[in-house]
Amino acid sequence: MSDSFFSRSGALHRRTFLRVAGASAATASLVLAGCSDTEPTPVVVDPNLLQLAQADPGLLNYLYLLKQLQTAFYQKVVDAFPSDFSAAEKLAFNDLRDHELVHRETLRFMLGANAYDTALLQPLPFDFSSLTLTSRAGVLAGAQQLEDLSVAAYAGSLRLLAAVPTAALLAKIASVEARHAAFVRDLRTPGSFADTDVVVSEGALQSVSLAKTPTQVLDETKAFFLPVVVSPSSLPTA
Amino acid sequence: MNLLNILSEIEKVDPEVYGRLDSRRRVFQHLSGLGGKLAVAAVPFALGSIFNKAYAGATATQATVLEVLNYALLLEHLEANFYNIGTGSTTITSALSANNVKSLNSIKTDENNHVTFLRGVIAAAPFNATPVAPAATDFDYTGAQGGSRAALFADVLTNPATFLAVAQALEDTGVRAYKGSATDLMSNKTVLEAALNIHSVEARHAARVRTMRRGGLMPANDRASLVAPGANLSTSPKSWVSGRDGGGPAPGTTDAVYGPGTPASGTATTIFYPAEDNVTQAGASISTILTTAVIAGLATTNIPTAASEAFDEPLDMATVKAIARNFVKTGTPTFALLS
Repeated sequence: MSDSFFSRSGALHRRTFLRVAGASAATASLVLAGCSDTEPTPVVVDPNLLQLAQADPGLLNYLYLLKQLQTAFYQKVVDAFPSDFSAAEKLAFNDLRDHELVHRETLRFMLGANAYDTALLQPLPFDFSSLTLTSRAGVLAGAQQLEDLSVAAYAGSLRLLAAVPTAALLAKIASVEARHAAFVRDLRTPGSFADTDVVVSEGALQSVSLAKTPTQVLDETKAFFLPVVVSPSSLPTA
Repeated sequence: MNLLNILSEIEKVDPEVYGRLDSRRRVFQHLSGLGGKLAVAAVPFALGSIFNKAYAGATATQATVLEVLNYALLLEHLEANFYNIGTGSTTITSALSANNVKSLNSIKTDENNHVTFLRGVIAAAPFNATPVAPAATDFDYTGAQGGSRAALFADVLTNPATFLAVAQALEDTGVRAYKGSATDLMSNKTVLEAALNIHSVEARHAARVRTMRRGGLMPANDRASLVAPGANLSTSPKSWVSGRDGGGPAPGTTDAVYGPGTPASGTATTIFYPAEDNVTQAGASISTILTTAVIAGLATTNIPTAASEAFDEPLDMATVKAIARNFVKTGTPTFALLS
């Protein structure tokens, strides 16, 4: 591609460029400017391997996958509440399902064509056989596991994002996850909303949220994704 | 795809492009990971990230990281001192259940730890600065600003219900404040992560205080979380922010905690501070986003509520300072720092 954003538009003033840089339209044009000889080589992959992409799209897909998992979990719960769930708990879990669904769809919207599952005929099924969803105790244990993990996942991945507006939007979700986690923990054990297993006081860090890397989170959730294996090896680590 | 062409084209209009990026060498380290290995669809995204990083600081007026740290420290002092007083008052603690008292003590410990932590960060490299040190006597939690106006919460330190109402407003403000300043910390990832992870803990506190207010001072079997929210979200809130919660715990007084900041509106690529009842994210209405999805079980009538509850909104520094000034005596150094 010999034509470019710059030659087509004649003299592009520096100030104009400063205004548009970062906007996707400008970026797309810049990419066109860079199109020339080599094309990427197609890579054959294991059908059960879900390789997350690099940079922000990879991180967004990682968080999208966790949202799909959480939504599927709450959907399963509200479709068949345990018999010992109270009316107040049913109301709250409907809220939790709604919130996760809104998060999931917002992330899917942000990803657009970059969503890992745009080409899949149906969404990934999740395996919840490690949880007991027929009793209140089992549901609360599963909800706490997923909410605490979600808080730690946001805590450990927001700094890896490059785009400021993306990080700002995800931070809006991160604190709602912390509210969920605190609420679910209180249902299970009153007063345990910020216990030392999720709020760290260690060395210089004092009373900050436990953070987990994508690799740690995906390792802890791998049973839910089987037989699919999710690989974070291309995600940024710093 | 010749990525070097892109940079040389940019260099023609902006000779300082390499200076804007972290360093010329890191640009090439970053780019060397692209090209053949990266899926074509992801390339524009990755490039957009690089350019955002390079140009965001050049066009926006950003508070310095140190300024944000001292501002966060002031807010933590405001909160820590509040819980120090409350948990030390038998008038407050004797009227609350065991789990409620335990919770306040836990929050008190966290807030004091946050003070210690932020003071350490500010005093250490690369800042090597002297942290702000507001005197406990600079604060006035009645909202009378040291007698310069009528009190907003006259019985805050003697009535546990009022104490918890003010606690909710302070915690919800804290969540919004950290979130609103996080975007000014992108240049220092270590501080950014620390601030966001304090912010998560504040959100846990906020949720617990809301649960306590909903459950009452002495909930049955000390299980506050088993109480369903009432129709009046000011007196019986959910554990998360719903719409503007009817103006918050004290309608007419706490509205700003849930209201818009400045600027209140923007686009998907700008930073702005809408009110908590905002239902537009990433430049699109949530109801529009949802209509394109296969949704089982979410009633259409619940969408606006869910759309608002699912996101906590950020608040800008000036708006947060105005809220915080309500609890500081006029004429004190702390009041000046918040002005």
